[in-house]
Amino acid sequence: MRLQVPLLITFLGGVFMAVQFFVPHELGQTAFAELLNWGRIVAAFALVLGIQSLLRTHIEKIRRQREDWHYSAVAIAAFVLMVVIGIGFGHGEGSGFDWLFRHVQVPLDATMFALLAFFIASAAFRTFRARSTEATLLLVAAIIVMLGRVPSTLLVIFGDTGAGQWLHATMPDVSEWIMNFPTVAGKRGILFGVALGSIATALRIILGIERSHLGGGGGGE
Amino acid sequence: MNFWDRLLALDRRYVFIGIALAVTIPIITALTLPLGEPAPPTVAVYEFIEGLEPGDVVMVAIDYSPSSMPELHPQAIALVRHALQKDLRVISVTLNPQGTALARDLMARVGAEVGAEDGVDYVHLGFKPGGSQVILGMGESIRQVYPTTADGRPTGTLPVMEGVNTYADIALLVDFAAGNLPFAWIAYAGERYNQDLAAGITAVMATDLYPYLQSGQLVGVINGLKGAAEYEVLLGVEGLQAPGMLGMSAQSIAHLLIIFLVIFGNIAYFASSRRRR
Repeated sequence: MRLQVPLLITFLGGVFMAVQFFVPHELGQTAFAELLNWGRIVAAFALVLGIQSLLRTHIEKIRRQREDWHYSAVAIAAFVLMVVIGIGFGHGEGSGFDWLFRHVQVPLDATMFALLAFFIASAAFRTFRARSTEATLLLVAAIIVMLGRVPSTLLVIFGDTGAGQWLHATMPDVSEWIMNFPTVAGKRGILFGVALGSIATALRIILGIERSHLGGGGGGE
Repeated sequence: MNFWDRLLALDRRYVFIGIALAVTIPIITALTLPLGEPAPPTVAVYEFIEGLEPGDVVMVAIDYSPSSMPELHPQAIALVRHALQKDLRVISVTLNPQGTALARDLMARVGAEVGAEDGVDYVHLGFKPGGSQVILGMGESIRQVYPTTADGRPTGTLPVMEGVNTYADIALLVDFAAGNLPFAWIAYAGERYNQDLAAGITAVMATDLYPYLQSGQLVGVINGLKGAAEYEVLLGVEGLQAPGMLGMSAQSIAHLLIIFLVIFGNIAYFASSRRRR
Protein backbone atom coordinates (compact mmCIF):
# COMPACT_ATOMS: atom_id res chain seq x y z
CA MET A 1 0.00 0.00 0.00
CA ARG A 2 2.83 2.42 0.81
CA LEU A 3 3.96 2.06 -2.78
CA GLN A 4 0.68 1.57 -4.63
CA VAL A 5 -1.17 4.59 -3.20
CA PRO A 6 1.48 7.18 -4.14
CA LEU A 7 1.83 5.55 -7.56
CA LEU A 8 -1.95 5.72 -8.08
CA ILE A 9 -2.07 9.38 -7.00
CA THR A 10 0.83 10.18 -9.37
CA PHE A 11 -0.91 8.35 -12.24
CA LEU A 12 -4.29 10.01 -11.71
CA GLY A 13 -2.75 13.45 -11.16
CA GLY A 14 -0.54 13.16 -14.24
CA VAL A 15 -3.30 11.90 -16.52
CA PHE A 16 -5.76 14.54 -15.25
CA MET A 17 -3.32 17.44 -15.78
CA ALA A 18 -2.50 16.22 -19.29
CA VAL A 19 -6.16 15.73 -20.27
CA GLN A 20 -7.52 18.98 -18.77
CA PHE A 21 -5.02 20.98 -20.86
CA PHE A 22 -6.89 19.89 -24.00
CA VAL A 23 -10.45 19.83 -22.56
CA PRO A 24 -11.65 23.31 -21.58
CA HIS A 25 -14.69 21.98 -19.63
CA GLU A 26 -15.69 24.04 -16.58
CA LEU A 27 -15.44 21.04 -14.25
CA GLY A 28 -11.88 20.30 -15.34
CA GLN A 29 -10.87 23.96 -15.07
CA THR A 30 -12.33 24.24 -11.54
CA ALA A 31 -10.44 21.13 -10.46
CA PHE A 32 -7.31 22.49 -12.14
CA ALA A 33 -7.58 25.78 -10.21
CA GLU A 34 -8.05 23.83 -6.96
CA LEU A 35 -5.03 21.66 -7.68
CA LEU A 36 -2.98 24.79 -8.28
CA ASN A 37 -3.94 26.00 -4.79
CA TRP A 38 -2.78 22.66 -3.41
CA GLY A 39 0.43 22.98 -5.41
CA ARG A 40 1.19 26.38 -3.87
CA ILE A 41 0.59 24.98 -0.37
CA VAL A 42 2.91 22.05 -1.09
CA ALA A 43 5.51 24.52 -2.44
CA ALA A 44 5.31 26.47 0.82
CA PHE A 45 5.99 23.24 2.72
CA ALA A 46 8.94 22.58 0.41
CA LEU A 47 10.37 25.88 1.66
CA VAL A 48 10.04 24.60 5.24
CA LEU A 49 11.73 21.33 4.25
CA GLY A 50 14.55 23.29 2.66
CA ILE A 51 15.08 25.26 5.89
CA GLN A 52 15.05 22.05 7.90
CA SER A 53 17.62 20.50 5.58
CA LEU A 54 19.84 23.59 5.78
CA LEU A 55 19.71 23.66 9.58
CA ARG A 56 20.32 19.92 9.93
CA THR A 57 23.38 20.04 7.65
CA HIS A 58 24.97 22.97 9.45
CA ILE A 59 24.11 21.80 12.98
CA GLU A 60 25.64 18.42 12.18
CA LYS A 61 28.78 20.12 10.88
CA ILE A 62 29.10 22.20 14.06
CA ARG A 63 28.39 19.22 16.33
CA ARG A 64 31.14 17.13 14.71
CA GLN A 65 33.43 20.18 14.39
CA ARG A 66 34.18 19.38 10.76
CA GLU A 67 36.51 21.56 8.71
CA ASP A 68 35.32 25.21 8.49
CA TRP A 69 32.49 24.56 10.98
CA HIS A 70 32.77 28.21 12.06
CA TYR A 71 31.12 29.26 8.79
CA SER A 72 28.19 26.99 9.61
CA ALA A 73 27.82 28.77 12.94
CA VAL A 74 27.75 32.11 11.10
CA ALA A 75 25.13 30.74 8.65
CA ILE A 76 22.86 29.60 11.48
CA ALA A 77 23.34 32.82 13.46
CA ALA A 78 22.46 34.88 10.37
CA PHE A 79 19.42 32.71 9.68
CA VAL A 80 18.13 32.99 13.25
CA LEU A 81 18.74 36.74 13.31
CA MET A 82 16.78 37.33 10.09
CA VAL A 83 13.91 35.07 11.20
CA VAL A 84 13.61 36.68 14.64
CA ILE A 85 13.79 40.23 13.29
CA GLY A 86 11.53 39.47 10.31
CA ILE A 87 8.80 37.64 12.22
CA GLY A 88 9.14 39.61 15.44
CA PHE A 89 9.36 43.14 14.06
CA GLY A 90 8.03 42.92 10.50
CA HIS A 91 9.79 43.10 7.16
CA GLY A 92 8.29 46.20 5.58
CA GLU A 93 10.12 49.28 4.41
CA GLY A 94 12.26 50.84 7.15
CA SER A 95 12.21 47.72 9.34
CA GLY A 96 15.31 46.08 10.81
CA PHE A 97 14.88 43.21 8.36
CA ASP A 98 14.80 45.68 5.48
CA TRP A 99 17.92 47.44 6.84
CA LEU A 100 19.83 44.15 7.08
CA PHE A 101 18.74 43.17 3.58
CA ARG A 102 19.84 46.49 2.05
CA HIS A 103 23.06 46.96 4.00
CA VAL A 104 24.30 43.40 4.49
CA GLN A 105 22.77 41.01 1.98
CA VAL A 106 22.74 43.29 -1.07
CA PRO A 107 26.44 44.31 -0.82
CA LEU A 108 27.56 40.77 0.09
CA ASP A 109 25.60 39.19 -2.74
CA ALA A 110 26.84 41.81 -5.23
CA THR A 111 30.44 41.36 -4.04
CA MET A 112 30.32 37.59 -4.47
CA PHE A 113 29.03 37.95 -8.01
CA ALA A 114 31.46 40.78 -8.85
CA LEU A 115 34.40 38.50 -8.01
CA LEU A 116 33.45 36.49 -11.10
CA ALA A 117 34.76 39.28 -13.34
CA PHE A 118 38.25 38.84 -11.89
CA PHE A 119 38.28 35.06 -12.14
CA ILE A 120 36.77 35.04 -15.65
CA ALA A 121 39.44 37.48 -16.86
CA SER A 122 42.21 35.38 -15.35
CA ALA A 123 40.73 32.12 -16.67
CA ALA A 124 40.23 33.59 -20.17
CA PHE A 125 43.88 34.66 -20.25
CA ARG A 126 45.16 31.25 -19.17
CA THR A 127 42.85 28.74 -20.83
CA PHE A 128 41.06 30.26 -23.84
CA ARG A 129 43.45 28.88 -26.49
CA ALA A 130 42.99 28.32 -30.23
CA ARG A 131 44.33 24.76 -29.98
CA SER A 132 42.02 23.24 -32.62
CA THR A 133 39.71 24.37 -35.43
CA GLU A 134 36.67 24.15 -33.14
CA ALA A 135 38.40 26.09 -30.38
CA THR A 136 39.49 28.73 -32.90
CA LEU A 137 35.92 29.10 -34.21
CA LEU A 138 34.66 29.43 -30.63
CA LEU A 139 37.32 32.00 -29.79
CA VAL A 140 36.66 34.14 -32.89
CA ALA A 141 32.88 33.98 -32.37
CA ALA A 142 33.29 34.89 -28.70
CA ILE A 143 35.45 37.92 -29.50
CA ILE A 144 33.00 39.11 -32.18
CA VAL A 145 30.01 38.73 -29.82
CA MET A 146 31.90 40.50 -27.04
CA LEU A 147 32.82 43.38 -29.36
CA GLY A 148 29.23 43.47 -30.58
CA ARG A 149 28.06 43.89 -26.99
CA VAL A 150 30.46 46.80 -26.40
CA PRO A 151 31.00 48.36 -29.87
CA SER A 152 32.36 51.59 -28.39
CA THR A 153 35.58 49.73 -27.57
CA LEU A 154 36.29 49.68 -31.32
CA LEU A 155 36.36 53.46 -31.25
CA VAL A 156 38.83 53.22 -28.34
CA ILE A 157 41.05 50.87 -30.40
CA PHE A 158 40.80 52.47 -33.85
CA GLY A 159 39.91 56.01 -32.84
CA ASP A 160 37.30 58.11 -34.61
CA THR A 161 38.57 56.96 -38.04
CA GLY A 162 36.64 55.55 -40.98
CA ALA A 163 37.58 52.00 -39.98
CA GLY A 164 36.64 52.65 -36.35
CA GLN A 165 33.25 54.10 -37.32
CA TRP A 166 32.57 51.27 -39.77
CA LEU A 167 33.42 48.57 -37.22
CA HIS A 168 31.42 50.43 -34.55
CA ALA A 169 28.37 50.33 -36.80
CA THR A 170 28.90 46.83 -38.22
CA MET A 171 30.07 44.70 -35.29
CA PRO A 172 26.70 44.68 -33.44
CA ASP A 173 25.02 43.40 -36.63
CA VAL A 174 27.60 40.62 -37.04
CA SER A 175 27.20 39.73 -33.36
CA GLU A 176 23.40 39.71 -33.74
CA TRP A 177 23.72 37.44 -36.80
CA ILE A 178 25.83 34.95 -34.81
CA MET A 179 23.25 35.03 -32.01
CA ASN A 180 20.30 34.70 -34.40
CA PHE A 181 21.49 31.91 -36.67
CA PRO A 182 24.35 29.57 -35.66
CA THR A 183 23.62 29.94 -31.95
CA VAL A 184 19.86 29.51 -32.24
CA ALA A 185 20.30 26.51 -34.57
CA GLY A 186 22.45 24.76 -31.96
CA LYS A 187 20.22 25.87 -29.11
CA ARG A 188 17.08 24.59 -30.85
CA GLY A 189 18.67 21.15 -31.23
CA ILE A 190 19.46 21.08 -27.53
CA LEU A 191 15.94 22.31 -26.63
CA PHE A 192 14.29 19.59 -28.72
CA GLY A 193 16.45 16.99 -27.01
CA VAL A 194 15.60 18.36 -23.57
CA ALA A 195 11.87 18.52 -24.41
CA LEU A 196 11.75 14.95 -25.69
CA GLY A 197 13.68 13.81 -22.61
CA SER A 198 11.25 15.68 -20.34
CA ILE A 199 8.24 14.06 -22.03
CA ALA A 200 9.83 10.61 -21.71
CA THR A 201 10.63 11.20 -18.03
CA ALA A 202 7.11 12.52 -17.36
CA LEU A 203 5.58 9.43 -18.99
CA ARG A 204 7.86 7.14 -16.98
CA ILE A 205 6.79 8.86 -13.73
CA ILE A 206 3.07 8.85 -14.60
CA LEU A 207 3.18 5.16 -15.55
CA GLY A 208 5.14 4.27 -12.41
CA ILE A 209 8.25 3.08 -14.24
CA GLU A 210 10.41 5.83 -12.72
CA ARG A 211 9.99 5.78 -8.94
CA SER A 212 12.93 7.74 -7.57
CA HIS A 213 10.57 10.58 -6.52
CA LEU A 214 9.05 8.20 -3.96
CA GLY A 215 12.33 8.17 -2.03
CA GLY A 216 14.26 5.21 -0.74
CA GLY A 217 17.01 5.67 -3.32
CA GLY A 218 15.38 3.36 -5.87
CA GLY A 219 15.51 4.44 -9.49
CA GLY A 220 13.51 3.12 -12.38
CA GLU A 221 12.68 -0.53 -12.82
CA MET B 1 62.62 31.94 -19.59
CA ASN B 2 61.98 34.38 -22.44
CA PHE B 3 59.40 37.17 -22.69
CA TRP B 4 56.56 34.88 -23.90
CA ASP B 5 57.14 32.35 -21.13
CA ARG B 6 57.14 35.15 -18.57
CA LEU B 7 53.89 36.49 -20.03
CA LEU B 8 52.28 33.05 -19.79
CA ALA B 9 53.41 32.77 -16.17
CA LEU B 10 52.03 36.23 -15.33
CA ASP B 11 50.82 36.39 -11.73
CA ARG B 12 47.05 36.49 -11.84
CA ARG B 13 47.03 39.32 -9.33
CA TYR B 14 48.20 41.64 -12.15
CA VAL B 15 45.12 40.57 -14.12
CA PHE B 16 42.97 41.32 -11.07
CA ILE B 17 44.54 44.79 -10.73
CA GLY B 18 43.94 45.41 -14.45
CA ILE B 19 40.25 44.48 -14.17
CA ALA B 20 39.84 46.60 -11.03
CA LEU B 21 41.31 49.64 -12.83
CA ALA B 22 39.30 48.93 -16.00
CA VAL B 23 36.08 48.98 -13.98
CA THR B 24 36.77 51.81 -11.53
CA ILE B 25 38.47 54.43 -13.73
CA PRO B 26 35.55 54.82 -16.20
CA ILE B 27 33.12 55.09 -13.27
CA ILE B 28 35.24 57.64 -11.35
CA THR B 29 35.93 59.74 -14.44
CA ALA B 30 32.29 59.40 -15.63
CA LEU B 31 33.63 58.27 -19.01
CA THR B 32 30.93 58.14 -21.66
CA LEU B 33 31.32 56.12 -24.83
CA PRO B 34 28.90 56.10 -27.78
CA LEU B 35 26.49 53.18 -27.62
CA GLY B 36 25.53 52.71 -31.26
CA GLU B 37 22.14 51.71 -32.61
CA PRO B 38 19.80 49.93 -30.15
CA ALA B 39 19.44 46.22 -30.89
CA PRO B 40 16.17 45.10 -32.55
CA PRO B 41 15.03 42.93 -29.54
CA THR B 42 15.27 45.99 -27.24
CA VAL B 43 13.49 48.21 -29.75
CA ALA B 44 10.71 45.59 -30.01
CA VAL B 45 9.96 45.84 -26.27
CA TYR B 46 10.06 49.64 -26.39
CA GLU B 47 7.73 49.80 -29.38
CA PHE B 48 5.29 47.32 -27.86
CA ILE B 49 4.92 49.57 -24.81
CA GLU B 50 4.72 52.64 -27.04
CA GLY B 51 1.76 51.01 -28.77
CA LEU B 52 -0.26 50.56 -25.58
CA GLU B 53 -3.09 52.87 -24.52
CA PRO B 54 -3.22 54.82 -21.20
CA GLY B 55 -4.76 52.61 -18.52
CA ASP B 56 -3.45 49.38 -20.05
CA VAL B 57 -1.72 47.08 -17.58
CA VAL B 58 1.91 46.01 -17.63
CA MET B 59 2.99 43.33 -15.16
CA VAL B 60 6.67 43.14 -14.24
CA ALA B 61 8.15 40.09 -12.55
CA ILE B 62 11.25 41.05 -10.58
CA ASP B 63 12.73 37.55 -10.46
CA TYR B 64 16.32 38.40 -9.54
CA SER B 65 18.46 38.78 -6.46
CA PRO B 66 21.05 41.46 -5.57
CA SER B 67 23.80 39.53 -7.39
CA SER B 68 22.19 40.38 -10.74
CA MET B 69 21.16 43.93 -9.85
CA PRO B 70 23.86 45.72 -11.87
CA GLU B 71 22.52 44.26 -15.10
CA LEU B 72 18.82 43.86 -14.40
CA HIS B 73 17.86 46.75 -12.11
CA PRO B 74 18.67 49.43 -14.76
CA GLN B 75 16.51 47.48 -17.25
CA ALA B 76 13.58 47.30 -14.86
CA ILE B 77 13.93 50.98 -13.87
CA ALA B 78 13.89 52.07 -17.53
CA LEU B 79 10.90 49.91 -18.46
CA VAL B 80 8.79 50.84 -15.41
CA ARG B 81 9.59 54.52 -16.01
CA HIS B 82 8.50 54.17 -19.63
CA ALA B 83 5.23 52.48 -18.64
CA LEU B 84 4.36 54.99 -15.91
CA GLN B 85 5.25 57.95 -18.14
CA LYS B 86 2.77 56.60 -20.68
CA ASP B 87 0.08 56.41 -17.96
CA LEU B 88 0.03 52.64 -18.05
CA ARG B 89 -0.75 50.78 -14.84
CA VAL B 90 2.19 48.73 -13.52
CA ILE B 91 1.84 45.69 -11.27
CA SER B 92 4.96 44.00 -9.91
CA VAL B 93 5.27 40.47 -8.58
CA THR B 94 8.25 38.28 -7.76
CA LEU B 95 8.90 34.57 -7.61
CA ASN B 96 12.29 35.14 -6.00
CA PRO B 97 12.17 35.78 -2.23
CA GLN B 98 15.04 38.24 -2.52
CA GLY B 99 13.25 40.11 -5.27
CA THR B 100 10.49 41.53 -3.11
CA ALA B 101 12.57 44.26 -1.44
CA LEU B 102 14.20 45.09 -4.77
CA ALA B 103 10.80 45.40 -6.47
CA ARG B 104 9.39 47.54 -3.65
CA ASP B 105 12.35 49.95 -3.89
CA LEU B 106 12.19 50.02 -7.67
CA MET B 107 8.48 50.82 -7.84
CA ALA B 108 8.67 53.45 -5.07
CA ARG B 109 11.74 55.12 -6.64
CA VAL B 110 10.43 55.31 -10.20
CA GLY B 111 6.91 56.10 -8.99
CA ALA B 112 8.24 59.11 -7.04
CA GLU B 113 10.36 60.26 -9.99
CA VAL B 114 7.44 60.35 -12.43
CA GLY B 115 4.82 61.47 -9.89
CA ALA B 116 2.85 58.22 -9.94
CA GLU B 117 0.74 57.13 -6.98
CA ASP B 118 1.08 53.79 -5.18
CA GLY B 119 -2.16 51.82 -5.41
CA VAL B 120 -3.51 53.99 -8.21
CA ASP B 121 -0.82 53.88 -10.92
CA TYR B 122 1.33 51.05 -9.63
CA VAL B 123 1.42 48.38 -6.95
CA HIS B 124 3.83 45.74 -5.68
CA LEU B 125 2.05 42.47 -4.92
CA GLY B 126 5.11 40.74 -3.45
CA PHE B 127 6.55 37.24 -3.34
CA LYS B 128 4.72 33.91 -3.49
CA PRO B 129 6.48 30.54 -3.29
CA GLY B 130 5.67 27.93 -5.89
CA GLY B 131 7.16 29.17 -9.17
CA SER B 132 5.13 27.63 -11.99
CA GLN B 133 2.14 27.07 -9.64
CA VAL B 134 1.97 30.81 -9.03
CA ILE B 135 2.25 31.56 -12.76
CA LEU B 136 -0.57 29.13 -13.57
CA GLY B 137 -2.62 30.34 -10.61
CA MET B 138 -2.57 33.93 -11.85
CA GLY B 139 -3.99 32.67 -15.14
CA GLU B 140 -7.08 31.60 -13.17
CA SER B 141 -7.26 34.49 -10.68
CA ILE B 142 -4.59 37.01 -9.70
CA ARG B 143 -6.63 38.07 -6.67
CA GLN B 144 -6.82 34.50 -5.42
CA VAL B 145 -3.03 34.13 -5.64
CA TYR B 146 -2.48 37.64 -4.26
CA PRO B 147 -5.43 38.48 -1.98
CA THR B 148 -3.30 41.28 -0.49
CA THR B 149 -0.37 43.39 -1.67
CA ALA B 150 3.14 43.00 -0.25
CA ASP B 151 2.31 45.54 2.46
CA GLY B 152 -1.05 43.97 3.36
CA ARG B 153 -3.63 46.07 1.45
CA PRO B 154 -6.53 44.04 0.00
CA THR B 155 -5.83 43.69 -3.71
CA GLY B 156 -9.47 43.96 -4.75
CA THR B 157 -9.91 47.47 -3.31
CA LEU B 158 -7.05 49.17 -5.16
CA PRO B 159 -7.81 51.38 -8.19
CA VAL B 160 -4.73 50.03 -9.99
CA MET B 161 -6.25 46.54 -9.84
CA GLU B 162 -9.66 47.59 -11.15
CA GLY B 163 -10.74 45.16 -13.87
CA VAL B 164 -7.56 43.14 -13.50
CA ASN B 165 -7.90 39.50 -12.48
CA THR B 166 -6.32 37.25 -15.09
CA TYR B 167 -3.71 37.44 -17.83
CA ALA B 168 -6.49 38.46 -20.23
CA ASP B 169 -6.47 41.84 -18.44
CA ILE B 170 -2.72 42.35 -18.81
CA ALA B 171 -1.32 43.86 -22.00
CA LEU B 172 2.30 42.84 -21.47
CA LEU B 173 4.18 40.80 -18.90
CA VAL B 174 7.91 41.44 -18.60
CA ASP B 175 10.05 39.00 -16.63
CA PHE B 176 13.37 40.33 -15.34
CA ALA B 177 15.38 37.28 -14.37
CA ALA B 178 18.83 35.76 -14.09
CA GLY B 179 17.73 32.13 -13.88
CA ASN B 180 15.24 29.71 -15.40
CA LEU B 181 12.03 31.58 -14.61
CA PRO B 182 11.58 33.16 -18.07
CA PHE B 183 11.09 29.62 -19.42
CA ALA B 184 8.33 28.98 -16.88
CA TRP B 185 6.60 32.27 -17.80
CA ILE B 186 6.83 31.34 -21.50
CA ALA B 187 5.57 27.77 -20.98
CA TYR B 188 2.71 28.58 -18.61
CA ALA B 189 1.65 32.24 -18.96
CA GLY B 190 2.59 32.47 -22.64
CA GLU B 191 1.55 29.12 -24.03
CA ARG B 192 -1.39 28.24 -21.82
CA TYR B 193 -2.93 31.72 -21.41
CA ASN B 194 -1.64 33.45 -24.56
CA GLN B 195 -0.05 36.21 -22.49
CA ASP B 196 2.21 38.58 -24.46
CA LEU B 197 5.65 38.32 -22.87
CA ALA B 198 8.99 40.07 -22.93
CA ALA B 199 12.11 39.35 -20.91
CA GLY B 200 14.88 41.37 -19.34
CA ILE B 201 17.83 39.06 -18.85
CA THR B 202 21.52 38.92 -18.02
CA ALA B 203 23.76 38.84 -21.10
CA VAL B 204 24.88 35.25 -20.47
CA MET B 205 21.25 34.10 -20.78
CA ALA B 206 20.75 35.59 -24.24
CA THR B 207 21.56 32.43 -26.16
CA ASP B 208 18.88 30.57 -24.17
CA LEU B 209 16.16 33.12 -24.97
CA TYR B 210 16.84 33.85 -28.65
CA PRO B 211 14.94 30.76 -29.92
CA TYR B 212 11.81 32.03 -28.14
CA LEU B 213 12.35 35.48 -29.57
CA GLN B 214 12.56 34.10 -33.11
CA SER B 215 9.48 31.93 -32.62
CA GLY B 216 7.45 34.95 -31.50
CA GLN B 217 6.90 33.57 -28.00
CA LEU B 218 8.63 36.70 -26.73
CA VAL B 219 7.77 40.09 -28.18
CA GLY B 220 11.26 41.30 -27.31
CA VAL B 221 14.27 40.87 -25.07
CA ILE B 222 16.27 43.45 -23.12
CA ASN B 223 19.68 41.88 -23.09
CA GLY B 224 22.15 42.64 -20.30
CA LEU B 225 23.49 46.03 -19.31
CA LYS B 226 23.71 47.01 -22.97
CA GLY B 227 19.98 46.36 -23.32
CA ALA B 228 19.33 48.61 -20.32
CA ALA B 229 21.49 51.37 -21.82
CA GLU B 230 19.72 51.00 -25.17
CA TYR B 231 16.33 51.32 -23.51
CA GLU B 232 17.55 54.46 -21.72
CA VAL B 233 18.67 55.90 -25.07
CA LEU B 234 15.24 55.15 -26.54
CA LEU B 235 13.62 56.84 -23.54
CA GLY B 236 15.95 59.81 -23.81
CA VAL B 237 17.10 59.74 -20.17
CA GLU B 238 20.65 60.46 -19.06
CA GLY B 239 22.85 61.09 -16.02
CA LEU B 240 21.79 59.47 -12.75
CA GLN B 241 18.47 58.48 -14.34
CA ALA B 242 20.44 56.26 -16.72
CA PRO B 243 22.35 53.74 -14.58
CA GLY B 244 22.70 51.44 -17.59
CA MET B 245 24.63 54.08 -19.55
CA LEU B 246 26.84 54.77 -16.53
CA GLY B 247 27.73 51.09 -16.21
CA MET B 248 28.32 50.51 -19.92
CA SER B 249 31.60 52.44 -20.03
CA ALA B 250 33.07 50.32 -17.24
CA GLN B 251 31.80 47.15 -18.90
CA SER B 252 33.21 48.23 -22.28
CA ILE B 253 36.71 48.84 -20.96
CA ALA B 254 36.66 45.60 -18.92
CA HIS B 255 35.57 43.65 -22.04
CA LEU B 256 38.33 45.31 -24.03
CA LEU B 257 40.90 44.26 -21.45
CA ILE B 258 39.61 40.66 -21.49
CA ILE B 259 39.80 40.58 -25.31
CA PHE B 260 43.40 41.84 -25.17
CA LEU B 261 44.24 39.26 -22.51
CA VAL B 262 42.82 36.44 -24.65
CA ILE B 263 44.70 37.64 -27.74
CA PHE B 264 48.00 38.13 -25.89
CA GLY B 265 47.54 34.82 -24.08
CA ASN B 266 47.22 33.04 -27.44
CA ILE B 267 50.16 34.86 -29.02
CA ALA B 268 52.32 33.99 -26.00
CA TYR B 269 51.12 30.38 -26.04
CA PHE B 270 51.97 29.82 -29.72
CA ALA B 271 55.26 31.76 -29.57
CA SER B 272 56.32 29.76 -26.54
CA SER B 273 55.25 26.42 -28.13
CA ARG B 274 57.15 27.17 -31.35
CA ARG B 275 60.29 28.07 -29.40
CA ARG B 276 60.13 24.77 -27.48
CA ARG B 277 59.74 22.76 -30.72
